[in-house]
Amino acid sequence: MRTLDQTTQEVVDLAARHFNVAVGTLAPSDDFFKKLGIDSLQALELLSRLENHFGIELPDYEVQGVSDFRTLAERIQSRL
Amino acid sequence: MKSFSGKALRWEWRDGVVELTLDRAPANEIGTAMLADLEQFAAAIKSLEADTSACIISSAQKRGFSAGADLRELYHGAIALPGKERNAGVRGFVERSHAVANAIDAASFVTIAAVHGVCFGGGLELALTCDVIVADKMARFAFPELRLGLIPGFGGIPRLKRDLGNAFVRDLLLTGRSVNATRAQAVGLVAQLAGEGESLKVARATAAQIAKFDATTRAIAKKFLKPIPYAELKQEIEIFCELFARPAVLAALKKFVESTDAMPYLP
Repeated sequence: MRTLDQTTQEVVDLAARHFNVAVGTLAPSDDFFKKLGIDSLQALELLSRLENHFGIELPDYEVQGVSDFRTLAERIQSRL
Repeated sequence: MKSFSGKALRWEWRDGVVELTLDRAPANEIGTAMLADLEQFAAAIKSLEADTSACIISSAQKRGFSAGADLRELYHGAIALPGKERNAGVRGFVERSHAVANAIDAASFVTIAAVHGVCFGGGLELALTCDVIVADKMARFAFPELRLGLIPGFGGIPRLKRDLGNAFVRDLLLTGRSVNATRAQAVGLVAQLAGEGESLKVARATAAQIAKFDATTRAIAKKFLKPIPYAELKQEIEIFCELFARPAVLAALKKFVESTDAMPYLP
């Protein structure tokens, strides 16, 4: 079973690849909306990518108010 | 009419297949322009039926199939009118939408929704009028209407209940959450999954297969397989219009329209 740190790293790496930014430029504490310059529909694209990758469903109401990768990873971790 | 190009969509007939492409930036929101063009298509269905085995509905907008009703247009249109006129205006729009949905649902040719990206609200209702939904793996489906104090108003609930188990229908409607294409296939909403960006290709292959069979048999089988819940659809109109008249709905629409929140789709 993944640790939270592993999950967080996978989330960051997936986001970097999905939005085509260099892996390593994103940090777990980054606000992904501001750092990536994305809107809500693009955030839902990332959610699909994460759900497919981790094999989970993550209701979007569980990520309401979540804007950093670490907290997002915590939500994912609770579904693994 | 074998081809058409409007403000919000276009269609082209070729070799027995109609390809209808939704194309109104940013996400094929369903407002007056989209509805007017869909009404053109609904009116053309009878003339297309004799030579058409399948119709594929897809989107040229990157964001997805359709994000649903044009809430900004709905809100600004609603506040411009006093109460009774506002409610009558909404009823008129909803009844026109239902007429379009019923016409597509009842077409004798097979209809295939090729979905990518967001397929929310009215967009999902349009997809549900189709016989087959093909979705790429990144597609998402939702009925977020309860977040606005409404229910789906373009025929979504009766059609969703027609296709799926009620437990999932309750989860989707009562939480307003979105689900990914993989889950949507698992519950039977999506018939076929496609790779990212491949939903139209898969839909075309599906249409080619459908075209092989006898047209009369196909039309009769479709009508038998997919009854249209007219009574429940009429009931949905009444419930929607009753809910829309509540002040809470305009307040929720105002909040959505004025939101600077990063994720305005969430409650």
